[in-house]
Amino acid sequence: MHHLIILPILLPLLSGLLMLVKRDSAVLPRRAIALVSTALLLAVSAMLVVQSDSGDITYYALGDWQPPFGIVLVLDRLSALMVCLTSFLALGSVAYACAGDDRKGSNFHGLFQLQLMGINGAFLTGDIFNLFVFFEVLLIASYSLLMHGGGKERTQAGFHYVALNLAGSAMFLIALGVLYGTTGTLNMADMSQKVAALDPDRLGLLKAGAFLLLVVFGLKAAILPLYFWLPRAYSSAPAPVAALFAIMTKVGIYAILRVYTLIFGDSAGELANFVQPWLWWFALATLALGGLGVLSARDLRNQVAYLLLISVGTLLVGVSMNREAPIAALLYYMIHTTLVSGGLFLLSDAIGEQRGKAGARIVPGRGVTQPALLGLFYFVGAATIIGLPPFSGAIGKALLLDSALPSEQPWLWSLLLLSSLAGLVAMARSGSTVFWKAGRGDNDGPRLKTAMLAGLILLLGASPILSILAGPITRFTDASATQLLDQSAYSEAILSPNVTGGDS
Amino acid sequence: MEALFATVTGFLAASGLYLALRGRTFPVVVGLTLLSYAVNLFLFSTGGLTTNGAAVIRDGVDYYADPLPQALVLTAIVIGFAMTAFSVILAMRVRGDLGSDQVNDQRGEESKEDKS
Repeated sequence: MHHLIILPILLPLLSGLLMLVKRDSAVLPRRAIALVSTALLLAVSAMLVVQSDSGDITYYALGDWQPPFGIVLVLDRLSALMVCLTSFLALGSVAYACAGDDRKGSNFHGLFQLQLMGINGAFLTGDIFNLFVFFEVLLIASYSLLMHGGGKERTQAGFHYVALNLAGSAMFLIALGVLYGTTGTLNMADMSQKVAALDPDRLGLLKAGAFLLLVVFGLKAAILPLYFWLPRAYSSAPAPVAALFAIMTKVGIYAILRVYTLIFGDSAGELANFVQPWLWWFALATLALGGLGVLSARDLRNQVAYLLLISVGTLLVGVSMNREAPIAALLYYMIHTTLVSGGLFLLSDAIGEQRGKAGARIVPGRGVTQPALLGLFYFVGAATIIGLPPFSGAIGKALLLDSALPSEQPWLWSLLLLSSLAGLVAMARSGSTVFWKAGRGDNDGPRLKTAMLAGLILLLGASPILSILAGPITRFTDASATQLLDQSAYSEAILSPNVTGGDS
Repeated sequence: MEALFATVTGFLAASGLYLALRGRTFPVVVGLTLLSYAVNLFLFSTGGLTTNGAAVIRDGVDYYADPLPQALVLTAIVIGFAMTAFSVILAMRVRGDLGSDQVNDQRGEESKEDKS
């Protein structure tokens, strides 16, 4: 079953190409291809999770070039979890898009599949230059998806997004050049061993490269000084795209987690864990400003974008604590927050569609056509993302709060709880404005289509399920954190010649 | 050669950065292009600067250039070129949609506020 590892990349690539054959063909076959391919992807990634849960780190050597010389795809618990999360989120967004959003521009589903390919590739690759290539694949697809449907606001937000990310890519390449120049390898496992035995004269250069890499990942993850593009880009993107974008910030967080635990982790000698103290303060500041942003948002979609920012801050705080318990907690929180913020983007769009002119802005206006149904979704979504029990947000936040050391508690507890309070106030205010201070809904107005309902149920309904299955999931995330922090096992699995991982 | 190479790369990067921070879309696109040229040159030099070195292992040759940066820079050039083309088209669309080539034109936003 070695070939299973490459399927999350090949499957979306093939279906994306299939949809390029006839770009303006009928919409129904495209929807069928997109849905079937995403569902298959979910099945494959679930199998990968099961395979990775044996605890072995397996790799797939492309073209049978063995590491450290060839490019490898690596499957461990963390990458399997991230791929599975991506495909679940994608299934919800694709289902929602089938209600009509996919007809507003050309080739929505094809681009969507190519973006999935980039995201999955970034999670699976074990080669740092290959990571850059997959970042570019997902970015190029996201540029077009962001502007799907057109409009002034999207064009401008799109230009900012493209210009920023081009500058980011340039910095990524400089950082990679420095890392390659100092260590002489691009394979992450090999690099982690080279860093430990580096000539002290070159440490400064390597450190500069590593910091530059942190800036690039920080731009993708939207840490404090680099997050200003996010609220605008996400709130102007079409809803299913914004929902998929919920995983894009997590790609940045995953890259930080992987690179700074594996290459610059405990085994890195003088450079061991040197970014985490920096990350701690930036993450806390992101958390605080996200809380303020949520209070100031005047549009439901903008509000969700700031809630996403709070979750980025929370996740990075967990990364910067760099111990097993916080990392396990943040992985659980990551599953929850990705799915629920994706669901909330979809919900804001559904609410906006039913309110006519008022749209998704937080102003009293016409009521929605289906107040009971949308209100229920909104209640579940809001309670979850803020972290009220019994939903999954409460479990994730409690795990993270519990894992803090006494020296970290004053900062983490106060800021995390205050930003949750800000979220609570903001969501309560916007919920009461949209649902209670509203006039009568138009009974003949647009109703939720089955496809939209399916997308919403899939993403927001995941939250109660995450609470019910919290036991097995936390067991898996605990094991993932243990595996992630054991760098020597990772390097050994990739580099030791007696393990035959690659299948020719 | 190192000094010349480093100066040229640094000058390209500085010019690119300066242009990328300008307020109109055309200089931004040109700036990003220059920046990507600088990055390509830099990436090319990461294996060390050698002249007349062989890239492929052969008998009787003991002076080699590092072949990997050449492969990397090829990837970077292809991606950078595609992105330049995309950003040129995008800049033209910004001009068409917003009626201005200012990166931070507020017109789109104001008309949105008026409606509320």
